[in-house]
Amino acid sequence: MKRENRTIHVSLVVVGGGPAGLAAAIRCREQGIEDLLILERGPRLGGILRQCVHSGFGVHKFNEELTGPEYADRYIDRVRELGIPYRCDTMVTDISADHVVTCVSEEHGLTRIKAGAVILAMGCRERSRGAVRIPGTRPAGVYTAGTAQLFVNLKGYMPGKRVVVLGSGDIGLIMARRMRLEGAEVKAVLELMPYSGGLKRNIVQCLEDFDIPLLLSHTVTEIHGENRLTGVTIARVDENLRPIEETKEFIDCDTLLLSVGLIPENELARAAGVELDPVTGGAVVDEHRETSVGGIFSCGNVLHVHDLVDYVSEEAEIAGESAALYLKGELPRRQTVAARAGNGVRYVVPQRISGGGEELRLFFRPDQVCRGAMISVSSGGELLRVRNRRIVTPGEMESIVLKEEELRRVHGDITIEVGLKS
Amino acid sequence: MRYDIAVIGAGVTGSMIARELAKYNLSVVVLEKENDVAMGSSKANSGIVHAGYDARPGTLKARLNVAGCAMMPKVASELGVPYRQNGSLVVAFCDEEMAAVQELYARGRLNGVEHLYVLGREQLFSLEPHLSPAAVGALYAPDAGIVCPYSLTIAAMGNAMDNGVELKRNFPVMSLADRGASFEISSPGETVEAAFVINAAGLYADRVAAMVGDGFFTIRPRRGEYYLFDRSIGNVVRQTVFQAPTAMGKGVLVTPTAHGNLLIGPTAEDIDDKEDKKTTAAGLEKMTLAAAKSVPGLPLNGVITAFTGLRAVGSTGDFIITQSPTHPRLIHAAAIESPGLASSPAIAAYVEAMLQGMGVLTHKRREFNPYRAPIPCPGKMGEDERYSLIAHDPAYGRIVCRCEEISEGEIRDAIRRNPPAADTDGVKRRVRAGMGRCQGGFCLPLVTELLSAELGIPMDQVTKRGPGSEILSGPVK
Repeated sequence: MKRENRTIHVSLVVVGGGPAGLAAAIRCREQGIEDLLILERGPRLGGILRQCVHSGFGVHKFNEELTGPEYADRYIDRVRELGIPYRCDTMVTDISADHVVTCVSEEHGLTRIKAGAVILAMGCRERSRGAVRIPGTRPAGVYTAGTAQLFVNLKGYMPGKRVVVLGSGDIGLIMARRMRLEGAEVKAVLELMPYSGGLKRNIVQCLEDFDIPLLLSHTVTEIHGENRLTGVTIARVDENLRPIEETKEFIDCDTLLLSVGLIPENELARAAGVELDPVTGGAVVDEHRETSVGGIFSCGNVLHVHDLVDYVSEEAEIAGESAALYLKGELPRRQTVAARAGNGVRYVVPQRISGGGEELRLFFRPDQVCRGAMISVSSGGELLRVRNRRIVTPGEMESIVLKEEELRRVHGDITIEVGLKS
Repeated sequence: MRYDIAVIGAGVTGSMIARELAKYNLSVVVLEKENDVAMGSSKANSGIVHAGYDARPGTLKARLNVAGCAMMPKVASELGVPYRQNGSLVVAFCDEEMAAVQELYARGRLNGVEHLYVLGREQLFSLEPHLSPAAVGALYAPDAGIVCPYSLTIAAMGNAMDNGVELKRNFPVMSLADRGASFEISSPGETVEAAFVINAAGLYADRVAAMVGDGFFTIRPRRGEYYLFDRSIGNVVRQTVFQAPTAMGKGVLVTPTAHGNLLIGPTAEDIDDKEDKKTTAAGLEKMTLAAAKSVPGLPLNGVITAFTGLRAVGSTGDFIITQSPTHPRLIHAAAIESPGLASSPAIAAYVEAMLQGMGVLTHKRREFNPYRAPIPCPGKMGEDERYSLIAHDPAYGRIVCRCEEISEGEIRDAIRRNPPAADTDGVKRRVRAGMGRCQGGFCLPLVTELLSAELGIPMDQVTKRGPGSEILSGPVK
């Protein structure tokens, strides 16, 4: 371990060296902030992209299909080019409201970093078997899809040979295909809801192209096996998502992969006193991605779970730019109004907007599948903007841009609604 | 190999007895059928150090519980085990239930429980503001506590081993035969001899007894299902909250754990299968509803895992700690159901006294060391102490389990120290890597790698809990 100062001072600490942290740090540096530091808990920069060896990243951002590591490398190369300092194998253990970041590593021991501003980019974790409360025994062979992905893609080991996937989120779909490509038998992908939580392109490319059945409105009701998984009982669910007894069926398998939701990892944000949104699990932010604690910004999957990394990068650039403005004392301070989820919408990010300035993109997630959808944005009872969409689904994030002229008409809270086109 | 004493079973009873025997100049072996210690009732129970008001006066349960509760603080401190004297409450929700509370108070007095108080509504709510408004009063036992049951077992066995006791794992006892001067004890792969045998085989104690023809008791499993919640709501209650017994049963408890999580449960279902440790949707639903009677509004999205424990319920209604009527060099320590954990230090002392009476324990070892330093826990240290520890050994600075902030150094210690962890669950129970809110999602691959490196076996031979529970099926194509 290096013996050195246990307290250091920097302008900006970026917590997390995944896609969000990298893009935020680069943008902040490009805005003239010299003195910043990225802290990454993994052994290398790149975050979860390192294990995403499939392609499909960067279509929006770079107009080409990259693998996860290739996408990450674009940013890592830029970080190196700009000489942005970073520490890997470094775990942040605390963040205080006055921007003291405490971290632990083999190399430096325990370090306290007094920062001018902090960007939270810790990403998310997967919901576990315990969190979805599947009854049964507790054998080996039940893993989250991301854990399985790490075993296969980074460690070179198969978690099993006969696989059932619960949850049709993107990681579940990708892993169904990955396991099949590695010679495993993938018996089915089950989805509790009557629609998939993943991207349409993944359903086609990962399941349909490989004849893997997708069973909608199905769940696992029991896990079997003493030492290693021997099978699962599955059942169709009714409209209240309760399993229907007479549809129960045993499927023989040695592996159950769970892709049943992602949870932003906000334990550190909570420690810093950052206000959290109970629906997203992420911080409440304004359009600058500043949290309720001044000088602490949030972006990427720790703010809300994204479908595409391209949008993570864009959001992180906003946070990086805002942090730079904050450090220069130039971040505009205006009165804010709330941006709320109305009918048909689960959440909106940012949750607070100042209403001034140039155009502004609001991100939101529909709460159900809606064909022939009309998206409307209103403020103080006045309709600001309407847009029609052929179909919206909870699996794909939507966004809508408010132009300068529309922003001038904001008087009071903004509400986004999704309804049927009349 | 011939030993002076063989203990069958490395649960909390067998491990605490082994530690007691380690004080003497004797060769002692512990035979355990599983890949680790604490694999039966000892790893899946409420973790309560009961005060001793519950058992019927005059029973062994009553006597050993009160004694064990008094011994626990010292034992836990010697062994470096998480223990907290948090007190317990038996809450009444109507006047009739208050009568049951009064009855428990009287029983506790008879059992010799020193500190017991009957609380009215106001006193109760000043102790526990989140209780259901329907609560009217409670029995308060400030001496009750919580202890981590598997940590206690692991530490007791570790301390016994550090003092010379041998542990044989994956040694299921298939036959026990009295050869006159000694017993012959066989597993499918190995036979050992011992002059004296302690039967601490938990749920299987009746089967071990039957091997020498002792059929005077049977053990039936009683299933109990639990939910464990994230530490973020671990402080909803401070005391262990029981419900006053009614005609419908003993109710369920809501308690903090010694590690700061919240635990609710258990159900109570008598079954026949000694291995049926599955959780059920119906059982968990019923249990959750019952817990809501004490503390309404517990957020189910805070649940991190569910588990089932089996209590070893004996046919006599009391602990069965006695010499075999037919083979006096065999001692049964059986039917150790609740309050078995609380009683365990006193059970060990009781067995020690029996063996002394038999003239077995004559020479104390002067070099016996009752202390077992816990594995360092940098995540709970102050900054200076943590810095020095990492400077001394950088492995304590490499975090492997992010939820519980567990370092590579701690995991390495878990795999190297007595009794060494041999599988991923063993690491989890020793240092909590994988015990947190992500339930091992992030750290399982890293723990698997560390076990592979430390044990010198390929990744795909690392198991969750012993042979047959391999984590991985093999290398990719």
